[in-house]
Amino acid sequence: MTSLLAVLIDGSIYASWLFLVAAGLTVIYGVMRILNMAHGSFYAIGAYSAASLVGWYFNNGMGPAWVSYLMLVGAALVAGLIVGVIVERGLLRLMYGRDEILMVIITYALLLILEDGMKIVWGVSPYFAYQPYSELGRTSLGLLKVSNYDLALVGVSALLGLGLWAWLERTNQGKVLRAVIHDREIALAMGVNVKLMFTITFVLGTTLGALAGALTAPAISVVPGIGIEVIVLAFAVVVIGGLGSIGGAAVGALLVGLSRAAAVHYAPEFELFVIYGVMSLVLAFRPEGLFGRTLARKI
Amino acid sequence: MKNNKSKFSKYLVSGVAALALAAGAASSVSAAENSKFRVGIVTFLSGPAAGPFGVPSANAAKVLVEELNKGNLPAPYDKIGINGAEIEAVIIDEAGGATKQVEEYRNLVQRQKVDAVIGYVSSGDCLAVAPVAEELKTFTIAYDCGTSRLFVENSDAQYMFRTGLDASVDNIGAVRYLAATRPDVARLSGIQQNYSWGQDSWADFTAAASALLPEAEVVEEQFPKIYQGQYGAEISALSVKRPEIVHSSFWGGDMEALVLQANARGLLEDATGLLTCGEASLATYKDQAPNGMIIGARGPFGAFAPENELNTWFKGAYNAAYDLDPVYPATKMAQAILGLKFAAENAGVADKEIPTADQLAAGLKGASFPSVSGTVEMARGKGHQAMQGIAYGEYHYEDGKASIVNTVAFSGECVTPPEGVSAADWIAQGFPGAQCN
Repeated sequence: MTSLLAVLIDGSIYASWLFLVAAGLTVIYGVMRILNMAHGSFYAIGAYSAASLVGWYFNNGMGPAWVSYLMLVGAALVAGLIVGVIVERGLLRLMYGRDEILMVIITYALLLILEDGMKIVWGVSPYFAYQPYSELGRTSLGLLKVSNYDLALVGVSALLGLGLWAWLERTNQGKVLRAVIHDREIALAMGVNVKLMFTITFVLGTTLGALAGALTAPAISVVPGIGIEVIVLAFAVVVIGGLGSIGGAAVGALLVGLSRAAAVHYAPEFELFVIYGVMSLVLAFRPEGLFGRTLARKI
Repeated sequence: MKNNKSKFSKYLVSGVAALALAAGAASSVSAAENSKFRVGIVTFLSGPAAGPFGVPSANAAKVLVEELNKGNLPAPYDKIGINGAEIEAVIIDEAGGATKQVEEYRNLVQRQKVDAVIGYVSSGDCLAVAPVAEELKTFTIAYDCGTSRLFVENSDAQYMFRTGLDASVDNIGAVRYLAATRPDVARLSGIQQNYSWGQDSWADFTAAASALLPEAEVVEEQFPKIYQGQYGAEISALSVKRPEIVHSSFWGGDMEALVLQANARGLLEDATGLLTCGEASLATYKDQAPNGMIIGARGPFGAFAPENELNTWFKGAYNAAYDLDPVYPATKMAQAILGLKFAAENAGVADKEIPTADQLAAGLKGASFPSVSGTVEMARGKGHQAMQGIAYGEYHYEDGKASIVNTVAFSGECVTPPEGVSAADWIAQGFPGAQCN
């Protein structure tokens, strides 16, 4: 019984983290049709920015702990905005309309550049900004003790998902964006500023990636390579849910999170395999993912 | 016009090629004949292993080389450089995998003309480079890699040496520490990175525990992916089994993340953590690790290094350069460099003469040399593998300062299999011949 409860709790926490990481990736693909390999680097930049800022705040004994939570979000917003605008305006804008495979290669090159750039800026030593994680304490559920920070992440993730859904479904800008998603050329013909929508989308995706990194930073040691580790997981989640679908990313994250937690508790030897096992199963029956749409190819 | 252009291009290409050849030849000549002792230093300068291992090791190498060239070390290492010849270090990155490291090794030997190579944290890199060292007849010291297969797969090695200990010693030492300090422990658990290092460490630990703690049972074992960073489910799985000991061979960022998350969730309050590589993050844990957590340093290194003149000097020089105490990878690098210096000066060649690889090998094989960690006996692997004791202790954080208390040290003969016997066989036979005080 305790193990079942642990699977549900651990699975939900892991799923919420996966959703945070994957949301930006799927938003960018949904609108721009760019499979953004550099998404992991945006995650890492968010983590480094937040860890640096929070570390500086506490090392200088600056004040109350709640400020550090604002700093996590603030660092992600600033880092995501700056990096997103530079990358979209300075690189991707020059490449729009190219083949999707070429964009994968371009963003992969960007990932390598950003990984080295981060080493130049932050070095290779670990950054440790644990205070926001430990300050929230923990909750006891029988034999299980759960970090309140992790539980809060579930709430943040749910709010973020709802916010994204409301923005896409309930605002004018969201409707315009959906028009671009459905047919870029018709949207352009109807007077939509597609390039502006691309900039907004890319910066949003970048900021979501940076936010995921910033919110993860207090629970980990921020070291070189963390972005590369998460990108594989994020791809698995969005492929399961269907590339470009926010709801799909949420369901994909939940499936992966719960399956992995169940494997860890009941069959640890399958833990590495289970994520890709779920992905293979879904793709065997729905090659476009759970919520993906089959599109006619334009010629 | 077209002809002229093409002729010009040919001349240009030939000129550039000739210049490149001349430059290459000149650099080879200068490397070989500039009377300096050229040593290749290989460690992680990028990737997740750089922070915990590579950077401290490279820093230690820089301090040692600089101070040796000034003749600032205490006796018996007070002679300038190596055997009177100035040391020139070529430091390269270990990242990129075994295939790349073999290429880098060949480059160091054949193009950079190094006289010796010191390096390798990764066991995969060590194992890949060892046969190439033999092929190229180049004196090489593995300073950190832990695989016990190094001198099993290269049993006739002539040029490959290791001045650090192999990983089985870590885990035999860990079990001996439990047997000495917690003989009634009954419920063991473990969490290891899912690759050969983690699997081998856990196999050695559980085998040694079966022999030395026969009443103890393994209640849970977890093998998450290396660099996973998030251990929520694993911590829950361990927690619900109520272990008394949580053993882990995690290192670097994974280890720091595990300690932070497990401590925040109370696992390290309910059970005692046992981290075989824990000393490397001694300055990082602060109040996020509980007092009483057992940590090791893969030998008598870092904070476990004994007080002696060499170690006092090394800690002072390292601290002066980087405002930090040396952690175990730094001590191990210092030990390897001292091993090289000892080999050269024990080779019986004239002052300032650079010994050949054969002379260096003869100078170190089976030798006993003083080091920052005490006396190192090259007493295993037919004289190519160091044998030293190991110590474990408990983490203690008070008034903003981290230290290690309740340290227990075990002699080399207590934790190292006899010559020619594998660790697995020695453990299975119940440690015959072990000499523990």
